[in-house]
Amino acid sequence: MKIAFPRTNPAFWFLAPALTLIVVFFFFPVAASLLLSFTDFDIYALGDRERLRFVAFENYLRLLRDPLFWTALKNTLYFVLVGGPLSVAVSLGAALLVNHRLVRFKGLFRSLLFLPVVTTLVAIAVVWRYLYHPRHGFLNYVLGLLGLGPVDWLGDPDWAMPAIILMATWKNFGFNMIIFIAGLQSIPARLYEAAVIDGANAWRQFRHITLPMLGPTFVFVTVITMIGYFQLFAEPYVMTQGGPANSTLSVALLMFQEGFRWWNLGYAAAIAFTLFVIVLAGTLLQLSLRRKEV
Amino acid sequence: MRLNRLFLVLVLLGACGRNGEKTVLEFWAMGREGEVVQSLMPEFERRYPEIQVKVQQIPWSAAHEKLLTAYAGDAMPDVFQLGNTWIPEFVVLKAVDSLNDRLTAKQREDYFQGILETNEIDGKLYGLPWYVDTRLLFYRTDVLAEAGFTAPPRTWNEWLAMMARVKNLPGGERYASLLPMNEWQVPVILGLQLGAKLLRDEARFGNFQSDAFRRAFRFYLDIFRRGYAPAVSEAQVANLYQEFASGYFVMYVTGPWNIGEFERRLPKAVQDKWATAPMPAPDEHYPGLSLAGGASLAIARNSGHKDQARKLIEFLSEPEQQLAFFRLTGDLPTRRSAWQHSDLATAARAQAFKAQLERVVSTPKIPEWERIASKIAHYAEKAVRGELTEEQALVALDEDVNQILEKRRWLLRKRAP
Repeated sequence: MKIAFPRTNPAFWFLAPALTLIVVFFFFPVAASLLLSFTDFDIYALGDRERLRFVAFENYLRLLRDPLFWTALKNTLYFVLVGGPLSVAVSLGAALLVNHRLVRFKGLFRSLLFLPVVTTLVAIAVVWRYLYHPRHGFLNYVLGLLGLGPVDWLGDPDWAMPAIILMATWKNFGFNMIIFIAGLQSIPARLYEAAVIDGANAWRQFRHITLPMLGPTFVFVTVITMIGYFQLFAEPYVMTQGGPANSTLSVALLMFQEGFRWWNLGYAAAIAFTLFVIVLAGTLLQLSLRRKEV
Repeated sequence: MRLNRLFLVLVLLGACGRNGEKTVLEFWAMGREGEVVQSLMPEFERRYPEIQVKVQQIPWSAAHEKLLTAYAGDAMPDVFQLGNTWIPEFVVLKAVDSLNDRLTAKQREDYFQGILETNEIDGKLYGLPWYVDTRLLFYRTDVLAEAGFTAPPRTWNEWLAMMARVKNLPGGERYASLLPMNEWQVPVILGLQLGAKLLRDEARFGNFQSDAFRRAFRFYLDIFRRGYAPAVSEAQVANLYQEFASGYFVMYVTGPWNIGEFERRLPKAVQDKWATAPMPAPDEHYPGLSLAGGASLAIARNSGHKDQARKLIEFLSEPEQQLAFFRLTGDLPTRRSAWQHSDLATAARAQAFKAQLERVVSTPKIPEWERIASKIAHYAEKAVRGELTEEQALVALDEDVNQILEKRRWLLRKRAP
């Protein structure tokens, strides 16, 4: 007599080791973090578990009432919506330039333009802080040559975020540039030849061949850039510590300050999950927009 | 064959036993002190050959986080340096051991009382003060002379008058004082000088709308409003030593580590043109109060080598060692007997500190203090920038502080039925 076992897909057993690792090192901590966000874990609770209180959604409600969170969200959105497209545009431009058929030493240019990505941020920050110096910095010197007044880049709340955006774009465009180069090289040359025969100029070639063929690459680059940019942390942490007047405070920096400086881990976990929801919403929005276009 | 194997095993076992005789103490030290304390260790290891000290250097910017993370991960060092405003926090965490029985009454009197007091919570001593830190006025003697003053300010009014004259000196854009807006120390010092109680009801609520603090806050904001200090935070001053040397600002409220830094970093032309002075007072009781800062040495509660750790702490607290440390770093000793040595007795710049150290007071000794202090700086900056009026800033500050202290109120209610 045969005992009827429900038949598990054999593929499951092949995936099991990797799945176990992901569950143990990713899902469990995330679930624990979610639980943490429903408590008021802080320095008192760290010393004595009895001082922990379960507060349900109180952390999230407090977050929504906290003006500092809204400032951080506003700054992060500013960074994503201005810095994101700027970074993608600069990367695309750089990729087009490096990939051009008239350019020699393509490999050298690729490497040089990629260098900022792999250079350590602290070293970059030291140099850029001198570039941004209001009285002796190079940027204000150039502005002076053009007849424009000096700008207090890191001290003026209106100009601090543009300063961060500029530095972040310079640092990160190399990464997307490499991806775009790969995408450009995968476009068959015969399409361009056909377009030239039909009499298309460079701009029309770009609009009607390059951009559409780069579609999937575009989706990838914009989604990755957006996810990365929402997690803006290192640049304001190193350059301005969230100042001046909280104009460069980002959500991730707020989370770091709450969680690791003040040790309000429950509240910080709530910030983390809120950021997750925001990034998820942004990603889904982007993907759905892309699908509509096709 | 078997005998060979047996022989090999015995030899290996023998070799294992020989290594573990020395106790290794893990010692975390921060900043410049961390760089330098290693040179004091050979003397200690000579005295106690069975103890080996492993010094780990930690930068100040990461120290608080690293210590808390080490506590959470149960990986605390045996001995560590602690800023003394952090002591209440670590006592709440039960991360430090009490040191009461190790200090004799005579030794106790040798310490500056205001400094020792910051290490005492509920009558128990949790750290031994290692070096003191307080805030003093550093100023350019030549620029002040140019403005017509031969002595540093003794009262707030004198200070304002000096700043006004310095501001009007020729030389382009210049300021009298540097008061970085991200630093909470100056508004707090001014408040304490006027006798303000920063928190009320046993630190259950904020008290920043009290008359005394209001007056101090107004004085602080006035300095910016009249243009005597630039509205900048520390991150925006690329090189404050350069700016001090060039006369961009001529007065700076800072601590003793800058004695060494000024001597090292100011250009030769300016080296004999600066001095230190105690804080001016709001009235005639000069010197005015300042903060009891500094760092202490503490032992971790869960350390497995407490006796050896205590020996290390006592060694570093000896007056000779404190003097040696002073020669290396410029950090000021916490024991009066060390101050009588000729090195310090004749160092004019350090003497101002000695006068100030007799007039220091501690900030509220609660774990939430650092957070409250950063809120003070935050709202002071908003008021300086004109985003909030004085009144709005103080009201918002009280609200935030009350919110921060909510858990403390809950715990106090729980403890006292």
